[in-house]
Amino acid sequence: MTSVRGEQFEALVRRLDERPIDFDGLRAEWDGEGYAFETPERTHEGLSQAGLHEAAANAEPYVTNWHFWEADVGHEGRHRRAFLRKLEAADDRSVPERYDSLAEGMVTEWGELRITATLGDAGERRYEVRHEDDAAAAAAALETHEEPLDARDIGTYDEKGRYRPLKTAPTLVDGWVFPALDGRELVEAVDAFYPATVANWNLEREGELDVSHWEGTMERQSGIYSVIQTWNRGKGTDHVEWVAESCCDDSQCLKRREWQYDEETELDAPGGDGAFPCREPCSLVVAAARKWTRLEGEESRTYEFELTPSEKEQVEEIIDAVADGRVDDVREADIYEGANRYRTRFLRAKRFDEEGNLSGTPTESDEDEN
Amino acid sequence: MQALVIVAHGSHLNPDSSTPTRRHADTIRATGAFDEVKTGFWKEEPSLREVLRTVESEEVYVVPLFISEGYFTEQVIPRELRLEGWDVSEWDSDGLSADTATLVAEDTGQTVHYCGPVGTHESMTDVIVRRAETVTGDPDVGEGFGLAVVGHGTERNENSAKAIEYHADRVRETGRFEEVRALYMDEEPEVDDVTDHFESEDVVVVPLFVADGFHTQEDIPEDMGLTDDYRTGYDVPAEVDGHRIWYAGAVGTEALMADVVLERAADAGADIEEAIASVREETRETPAAGD
Repeated sequence: MTSVRGEQFEALVRRLDERPIDFDGLRAEWDGEGYAFETPERTHEGLSQAGLHEAAANAEPYVTNWHFWEADVGHEGRHRRAFLRKLEAADDRSVPERYDSLAEGMVTEWGELRITATLGDAGERRYEVRHEDDAAAAAAALETHEEPLDARDIGTYDEKGRYRPLKTAPTLVDGWVFPALDGRELVEAVDAFYPATVANWNLEREGELDVSHWEGTMERQSGIYSVIQTWNRGKGTDHVEWVAESCCDDSQCLKRREWQYDEETELDAPGGDGAFPCREPCSLVVAAARKWTRLEGEESRTYEFELTPSEKEQVEEIIDAVADGRVDDVREADIYEGANRYRTRFLRAKRFDEEGNLSGTPTESDEDEN
Repeated sequence: MQALVIVAHGSHLNPDSSTPTRRHADTIRATGAFDEVKTGFWKEEPSLREVLRTVESEEVYVVPLFISEGYFTEQVIPRELRLEGWDVSEWDSDGLSADTATLVAEDTGQTVHYCGPVGTHESMTDVIVRRAETVTGDPDVGEGFGLAVVGHGTERNENSAKAIEYHADRVRETGRFEEVRALYMDEEPEVDDVTDHFESEDVVVVPLFVADGFHTQEDIPEDMGLTDDYRTGYDVPAEVDGHRIWYAGAVGTEALMADVVLERAADAGADIEEAIASVREETRETPAAGD
């Protein structure tokens, strides 16, 4: 059970000296002679300060809720405020409903994060963050963190110890918990796990998300990246479709791609289902596109390879397994899988010459070399 | 409310690239001089394009953690931060003197005090000397020692060598070290022949780089003959041609770098004198050699 603290009541009186309150169902004002105090359940007029105190004590969720949003959260961090309100569905649910739910804990999934909002003694909120895979884990079984910026270290490597340059890759390690952050700390932690996602989500919600499409973003590139501007080859926007298909899939990134080829030309590749929008091609996409621009500058040519039908299918399976990151899932002795290591080594032993040429076919023909 | 944003290169391949940036941000955050301290990167997140929207303050000091003026400080960072009406002439710089320009960020409307890079600030000289103290474990290092300030050197950016020479000259003027030289990876005089340039038996080598990476951990130690293979590591000091080479690694990893970031912001008008004093105090420890 929460209760109105002395300082919260004093803040209420101070505020009413300045101007009326109309917030989340609480309406109150000082008309020069008495206080009016109203919630959806009760209305009081002409109250003395003692009467106001009693009315406030009887409507404590409304008062502590007002105090939390006005004094603790404030209005300076517009994106932070919107995000914290989302976590308790504050724009859709009444204060008593929210207080009942917060007592149990209100859960929001944000990428791979599971955020639980709960209520403190005097209406302050506490937020717990853990990996969604640890939803059922006992907090004691997880590594506890108090400092929100620890999130940077947690997010640096994947479970195999490889560096994660893309913070929204779905490879966040589990096994940790931030048991009790306040609102500011929570947003700091979320921003360390998934930088700028809170701001971009809110900008989108407010209809202000600034999307930079492929063409404009590539036009902006300079230095070693300016080569990308020359990449308008092949049929229409095929090349950008391939980029989006390879990089912007849910299996690779939790952001939902909002950028298109340009303002008029939408891409066919699905944008994903992530909670947070992607407003322009990221630096990884730009770097990849630079490499592909160079590769795409080559003309295709015809090679002749000797492969059995099963070997051709095996090559296809290997490409699939690498592209989908499944190589490590292929069991050691499962020679039925095309991407099995022994089966692949057999293919190499049989079909590669000493220079490593597939089917003994050189990459450059004799004519090229002359 | 005032915020500090440190912007740096970062890397898709190496997590150590952004470590010094984050550490200096943490040092400054702990002083409480700014309401917010954030980092933004060219190759990591938050990107330069989005870092300002993670900042709640209306007044933002942006300090580039770069060594020299040039492509990144003059073109990439102002463009990606969308600093309205940016023109490099606002710095009126000779390649070493960029200090500050005040602009508005187009997308967020924030007032941005855009500062020159840390590498060309005069207080960077102190960090180079501090680095020599740190790597030798001797707060009075100088007598009988030579000091080499090492830069990348490149024909693409003439300012790159200017910063190296500027600090080498300034250290030389203090008279603290027996000899001071500016050496380079990619131009003459080259760091490969480091021992040819010194008579002193002991030579401290400080690369003017922001982060430890390929160049400072692999190229330079191998080029100087500290090791045949960087993977096997090297001693500090290491014997090369009858000299003891005290190789310091990237100067940007020195804790005192946080002070240069603050100096840049102070020059741009941030009211942070106390923070500067406390960072100087905080970062003073001189660990034993080889740490």
